[in-house]
Amino acid sequence: MNYLMRRLATFPLVLLGVSILVFVAIRMVPGDSITAMLGTEAGLLTPAQRDSLAAYFGIDQPWFVQYWRWIGGILHGNLGISVTYGRPVLDVIIERFPLTLELAVLSMIIALAVGMPAGIFAATHNEKLSDLGVRMVAMIGQSTPSFVLGLLIIYTLSAGFGVLPAMGEFAPLWQDPLRNLSQLILPAITLGFAFAASVTRISRSAMLDVLSDDYVRTARSKGASARSVIWRHALPNALIPVVTLSGIEFGYLLGGAVIVEQIYALPGLGRMVLDAIQQRDYALVQGAVLFIAFNFMIVNLLVDLAYVALDPRIRLGEP
Amino acid sequence: MVHLTRKLLSGITLAAMLGVAVVSTQANAATLHMAWSQDATGLDPHKQTAFSSLRLLELIYEPLVRVDASLQIVPAIATSWEFSKDGKELTFKLDPKAKFQDGTAVTSADVKASFERILDEKTGAATRANFLSIASIDTPDPTTVVFHLSQPDVPILTAMSDVNAAIVPASEIKAGSIGTKAVGSGPFKLDKWDPNAKEVLSANKDWAGGPTGVDGIEISVLPDEAAILAAMRTKQIDFALLNDPLVATLVPKEASLQLNRVPVLAYHVLQLNPSRKPMTELKVRQAISCAIDRQEVLDTASLGEGKVTGPLTIPALATDPSQLFCYKRDVEKAKKLMSEAGYADGFSATVIGATGEPPTAAAEAQVIQSQLAEIGVKLDIKMMELNVYVDAWLKGDFDMAIALNGGRADPYTMYNRYWTKAGNLQKVANYIDDTLDSQMQKGRAETDPAARKAIFAEFEKHLAEMSPWIWLYTSYSYTAQQKNIAGFVPTPTGTLFSLSKVTIQQ
Repeated sequence: MNYLMRRLATFPLVLLGVSILVFVAIRMVPGDSITAMLGTEAGLLTPAQRDSLAAYFGIDQPWFVQYWRWIGGILHGNLGISVTYGRPVLDVIIERFPLTLELAVLSMIIALAVGMPAGIFAATHNEKLSDLGVRMVAMIGQSTPSFVLGLLIIYTLSAGFGVLPAMGEFAPLWQDPLRNLSQLILPAITLGFAFAASVTRISRSAMLDVLSDDYVRTARSKGASARSVIWRHALPNALIPVVTLSGIEFGYLLGGAVIVEQIYALPGLGRMVLDAIQQRDYALVQGAVLFIAFNFMIVNLLVDLAYVALDPRIRLGEP
Repeated sequence: MVHLTRKLLSGITLAAMLGVAVVSTQANAATLHMAWSQDATGLDPHKQTAFSSLRLLELIYEPLVRVDASLQIVPAIATSWEFSKDGKELTFKLDPKAKFQDGTAVTSADVKASFERILDEKTGAATRANFLSIASIDTPDPTTVVFHLSQPDVPILTAMSDVNAAIVPASEIKAGSIGTKAVGSGPFKLDKWDPNAKEVLSANKDWAGGPTGVDGIEISVLPDEAAILAAMRTKQIDFALLNDPLVATLVPKEASLQLNRVPVLAYHVLQLNPSRKPMTELKVRQAISCAIDRQEVLDTASLGEGKVTGPLTIPALATDPSQLFCYKRDVEKAKKLMSEAGYADGFSATVIGATGEPPTAAAEAQVIQSQLAEIGVKLDIKMMELNVYVDAWLKGDFDMAIALNGGRADPYTMYNRYWTKAGNLQKVANYIDDTLDSQMQKGRAETDPAARKAIFAEFEKHLAEMSPWIWLYTSYSYTAQQKNIAGFVPTPTGTLFSLSKVTIQQ
């Protein structure tokens, strides 16, 4: 409990650091909201026109004043207004987040459901032909970029079979679960494929490590069945690296899967942040990055707590 | 047959799995489902310059006049117009039937308020520069507007055909709601806009132009153009805007789809920076012009999808490019010019380009790099995110730049920003001489079409010879549609206005 409180106490500090970083970084990139809106036509503006637009976009003040205003707003629960959407940043993020979360959960389910059994299977058939087969597929999975797999799936379905899930208008889970799943299953497979490949590789090597441990040998010599050795004795200990990997991977996915969202035209966080950067929607970029960082910290915390559940020897926060 | 049946069966199974119909039946047949890869960026017609924004706003707002597919001025809100003899007074008669989507009539007061808004520096309207000759605006009656100009300005009429000069309600200007609410007088009303995802438009029953062919248009943003094509294959999308020639050329391979392509006014160009050494030397610039094989750039970077062009891209005014300076590649001449300029051993320079804008930018830079290597010019290619590129471009901070610059239906409006002494983008062009400046001023004041054509032909010839930029080619604007869509007229300005009369055949 003490540990949890201490970890939570570091959150504001980390978020403050992130806020400064993202605030400075996005402003160091050349171009601003005005050139994003007008492109090269921005060169036709008179200085007075430019000033007036800068005031409209809230970029007329010095950096520290802008930062101070932004942080002040956050302390009052206000992340600012997105100039693209004309709405509060938090509303826009909350609207996009369920899709991203759903996609992350689905691809994690696919990754674990496929990757773990495959990894265990490969470990128990070490250096046999079937092990090589699994390893090869995993290698392909890890090295195939998601845009290749995504476009391949879309092309094969549309050109070969004349079908494609409805693109363009996304249906939230609570409105139309069937349509929602039909729209998310392909992106989830696209993301889950590479994710499953990493899970396969890591669970295979973790399982191999554990299987050569003394306690496993003891269990075997005491006459435990092969099944019991693997599932009851070895697996819990082999899970730790899998949890670490899945946690990090899941944290990334919560930040949005830009390429997959682009290909399947999903209105998720990744695409939103990319568009916001391109349109120099400063408030939205800042708010979204803070939100993503916060999620990442929560996921990390949960991963640490999962270690304790998996291995009672681990005591968090003790020297 | 067995094979086909199996294919069909697996298709149906898949479709069932995905929860979609094999051939989607549209719930509302009179709604046009449209897709594009880049969304509009805002709703203020006076401030938006992005291609998609203009295409969306043209369906909602109307200017006083429009240009048709042959770039002739045709009526929009105004039914007729007339220049006074001295060219300093321009009078419009408005369509008495014209109504805003809130039901109020479009009057001369709205026209006056709209142009005053554009001219007000506080608005930040980029096209303000085109209307600086407006000295005052009179409204003798609700359907008559008189623009008093400080000097003869023929191109102002073409500039007024732009949706950036759209007429908005004076009441909305007063309320400060332009840009947050879209109240125009055009064929469609904007019911919903979810930025970077979707627009929903419904027919404006009160439109003075008569009934529209469809009840509404739903525009989906599908960022990947290969996915747009896939969605068209499965008939989810009726009509789409495409940018990438690589995707567009795949459309004719689909039996149910039709590709519309039309040469546009925008031009692909290699901008040299004549304020930087050694591009300060005329002979160096000319050598570069002679060393570049424009047709090869077009063929390699854009699959030959386009036409080699000189500075003028307006069909009625353009000179045959083969008549222009060094439009036939001549490496020997180029080398000779280089050595005469004292650069026999060549030089190194950096060329900048924007990633994906246009999609052919990187390929163009690579072809040019290899062509210029033959005369000893070592090019370093620097591709940048669009906004970073725009920033460098506006500051004139480049040796050379690959650009796709927009065209206008009038050469003066198109080029006064670069090739006049007072041009707003003179700091980007970095080259001007008396000849160019005086030809532009003459062309601006000349009302006789034949005399104008002669003036601009001289202008074009001189510009190609001075080679501050190396004009390469004009590409096509592409739209793809299902074959049951009828009535779309592609135009060189890229406008989608004719969607107002498009119908869906059953």
